[in-house]
Amino acid sequence: MTMTTKKLSVQDIIFTLEQYWAKQGCMLMQAYDTEKGAGTMSPYTFLRAIGPEPWNAAYVEPSRRPADGRYGENPNRLYQHHQFQVIMKPSPDNIQDLYLGSLRELGIEPLEHDIRFVEDNWENPSMGCAGVGWEIWLDGMEVTQFTYFQVVGELPMNPVASEVTYGLERLAEYIQNVDSVYDLEWADGVLYGDIFKEPEYEHSKYAFEESNQEMLLQAFNDYEAEAKRLIKLGLVHPAYDYVLKCSHTFNLLDARGAVSVTERAGYLHRIRIMAKSIAKAFVEERRKRGFPLIHDDKLRQKTLDEYTKKAEQEKQRAAKKAAKKAKQAQKGDK
Amino acid sequence: MANSYLLEVGVEEMPAHVVTPSIKQLHQRVADYLKKERISFDNIKEYATPRRMALLISGLADKQPDIDESVKGPAKKIAQDADGNWTKAAIGFTRGQGATVDDIEFKDVKGVEYVFVEKHIAGKPVAEVLQGLPDVITAMNFPTLMKWGYNNLQFIRPIRWLVSLLNDQVVPFKILDVEAGRTTKGHRFLGHDVELKQATDYEDALHDQFVIADQAKRKQVITDQIDAIVKEHDWVIDKDADLLEEVNNLVEWPTAFAGSFDPKYLVLPDEVLITSMKDNQRFFYLRDHDGKLLPHFIAVRNGNDEYLDNVIKGNERVLVPRLEDAKFFYEEDQKITIDQYVGRLKRVSFHDKISSMYDKMQRVAVIARLLGERLGLSDDELADLDRAAHIYKFDLTTQMVGEFAELQGIMGEIYAKIFGEKDDVATAIREHYMPISAEGELPQTKIGAILAVADKLDSIMSFFAVGMIPSGSNDPYALRRQAFGIVRIINDRNWHLPLMGMQDAVIGAFGQAGLQIDFDLTANQDQVRAFFLDRLKQLFAGEKLRHDIVDAVTDTQGVDIANVIEAAQAIDSHKDDDNFKEAVEALTRVLRIAKKGKFGDAMPGVNPDLFVNPSEQQLYDAVNAVKEQFADRTVAENFTALRGLAPVISTYFDENMIMDKDAAVRQNRLAQLTILARLAAVVGNLNDLIVK
Repeated sequence: MTMTTKKLSVQDIIFTLEQYWAKQGCMLMQAYDTEKGAGTMSPYTFLRAIGPEPWNAAYVEPSRRPADGRYGENPNRLYQHHQFQVIMKPSPDNIQDLYLGSLRELGIEPLEHDIRFVEDNWENPSMGCAGVGWEIWLDGMEVTQFTYFQVVGELPMNPVASEVTYGLERLAEYIQNVDSVYDLEWADGVLYGDIFKEPEYEHSKYAFEESNQEMLLQAFNDYEAEAKRLIKLGLVHPAYDYVLKCSHTFNLLDARGAVSVTERAGYLHRIRIMAKSIAKAFVEERRKRGFPLIHDDKLRQKTLDEYTKKAEQEKQRAAKKAAKKAKQAQKGDK
Repeated sequence: MANSYLLEVGVEEMPAHVVTPSIKQLHQRVADYLKKERISFDNIKEYATPRRMALLISGLADKQPDIDESVKGPAKKIAQDADGNWTKAAIGFTRGQGATVDDIEFKDVKGVEYVFVEKHIAGKPVAEVLQGLPDVITAMNFPTLMKWGYNNLQFIRPIRWLVSLLNDQVVPFKILDVEAGRTTKGHRFLGHDVELKQATDYEDALHDQFVIADQAKRKQVITDQIDAIVKEHDWVIDKDADLLEEVNNLVEWPTAFAGSFDPKYLVLPDEVLITSMKDNQRFFYLRDHDGKLLPHFIAVRNGNDEYLDNVIKGNERVLVPRLEDAKFFYEEDQKITIDQYVGRLKRVSFHDKISSMYDKMQRVAVIARLLGERLGLSDDELADLDRAAHIYKFDLTTQMVGEFAELQGIMGEIYAKIFGEKDDVATAIREHYMPISAEGELPQTKIGAILAVADKLDSIMSFFAVGMIPSGSNDPYALRRQAFGIVRIINDRNWHLPLMGMQDAVIGAFGQAGLQIDFDLTANQDQVRAFFLDRLKQLFAGEKLRHDIVDAVTDTQGVDIANVIEAAQAIDSHKDDDNFKEAVEALTRVLRIAKKGKFGDAMPGVNPDLFVNPSEQQLYDAVNAVKEQFADRTVAENFTALRGLAPVISTYFDENMIMDKDAAVRQNRLAQLTILARLAAVVGNLNDLIVK
């Protein structure tokens, strides 16, 4: 097959990827309904990458990056772009071949192009995440980010999850042979620009000029307090929603230039602390539920025993520490 | 018999910069292992691509040589009891050697009889030894490590296949779930899996599957292809060795091709175009015979020449948005003035505990003037230095540097010229960042060099003052590199400046200039000298100077970096002289005894009226002669003069009891030695020298 005669629309590309990855065993999830900067931050990746349970999922994630907004004027920079996110845990041995198979489905035959895996290690310090991998070059253009997660929420991965993130706009621009995202055909006869040019302008205007900084600063503090309270209650998912809100609120403040360099480090640190405790709490909640996604019963029991033992040791350690502290406090009183 | 063995470790794509060091590492580890295992071989040939590390070992021995050895056990009196029965010690020893007491012989060792057992150890066959290779492979180190799947092994990238072939036989082993065999993989898209009959088939078999496994051959293919394209179009290319190396390690089957971009982008400065092509896309840029950049590039595909048009078109397309952005920035940036950019620096933080970038420039301007005056710059030069120091960070607020951070300084120079600044002002703006690495290029111009030193000295003083002093591996502001840069510049230019102790002068000058400093600039400045001395040690270590010489010259109260360097050279160049040992011993004897005279900071005086012996007058005159010319002479000349005093010193010690009973005479002699000791301190502390 050479180039397809009829070019795939953006929604065709999404369909094709969804069908392909569903065939490879991925569950098709939906975009998560809280603002976020990347598909990785969806709980379907961030939380599910953590812990011993297998997890295979694919979904489109609208990703908001306020500082990248360009009022709808720059052909390649967007306030909100779309990622097609694939997460497979444990990482399959043939994950690279699976990825290349998805390009073939899109009509990109490797022999007709130059496809490279170029080193690009990924890091999201504010979420305590780091991974090793590549950006994938299609005739020199980066169209996909490919990562083996090594640490998420400051927890080392075991097993390791592999993440494939397609930049949908980039890929579509290549497939449709257009130079501006706004000229992309989303569906038959409807252009990307028809849908997104206005929100791009308005969001840019808001993020750079109109956002209420006092309100956002207050919101950040409130969201943070709520997240911390919920973590203590073991309500992992609502807590995580508030961490996402903190992160987006910070991004809005940052776009406005309302955050100095040191303050920046401070905010990111606060988000990281929360992400870290949520990661830990998530594993604990899954353990209490018996790691149901491990379908092999023997393995499930074995894993459960290991984690339970670890959890009990940790509990004892914590109790000892608390007792010691109480004793010291007593001494202090005398 | 000469055997051949092929080891191939197949991995997912390694980072390009890791490929060459990794194959060298594997080579070394395997060679060490074979040596340790006493398996001889003739040669190890390396093969490496992004997806594989392979070694073909030729002339491999069949097996380890057998070992016949006599193993010594306990002494006879311990091995047998009084009745001649074997003791536990004897039985235990023989068991440990895989023998029995019947095998014991006694041998005399220095008059004592000991138990011995003759052992014959049959050498292991080579195949058995090769089965130990998994541990050798998994012990490899890499700059980044990763885990995958359920495994705990840390490696550069997932291991996907292993080939282990001794002649035509598989030497079986396993790493994680990957079983070694005889099947290797061809090019990811053009090739297929291929079963190797013989280890030596490797290179040709892979070539049939579109993999050039030999790095040097692959690089030659790329070079030839590039040369052919360049020749065809009559272009001129800078075949950047680093870029060629990187490109070579991104491909298994290279095909070079040429692409073009719209000539309208040629209005951009060369540096911008080159950064866009080379750093971002790994393209080679091209020039015509007059050195003018051309709207073409050469890139290398990992594949053959089929459908090359797609690849060319794609690569050309990638460049456009980048160049379009750059062109937009370049035009926009020229619409305002340097003064406006400088004004914006008031809102750019140098560091929030220290000051804005603007305030930093004000401080640096004062330091630069101080240095410029000491170095005897002309009024014109001082004026240019002053101008450069007041604007040199302006490009940080341009859009171009905002997008292409690596062009800082470079754009500063280009824009400064466009805005009508003098050439040496513009050049100094670019050069003030130099050197940008431990071995990086140094500033070429005097003004650039002074600005570079002033900028770095301000950073060091400021960060020290606010307590952000490098420790261990923690040096986020690269202050060590900056101090080392200062040392290298001063070494290069042989500038005599009191740099390790001019903080007071700097702070005073800030005051005179009426600068408002929001932090206590006097804090921690006592640590700056040691910081510089450590960088000097680094410089000397790089020059492989003897340790004791380094210790001696850096054990100093001096403040002049150039003096320390000269002292090191002076000692180093005379250390093998016939009379060197004698001279140093005479001087160190002076140092030792002079310590007993406690004169504090004041320079003591010597009273010739108190001399008892003529040798006192002799030394007095000799020391005075050295002292009078001291200031006008180089460190090397002074050190030579001091060494020349050795015979006089020797006679002096022979004839005079320093610790004389008469307090006045004693003090007078100690004063004489103290004066001499202080002169000798010009080369540091001679006590640290080891003279044999």
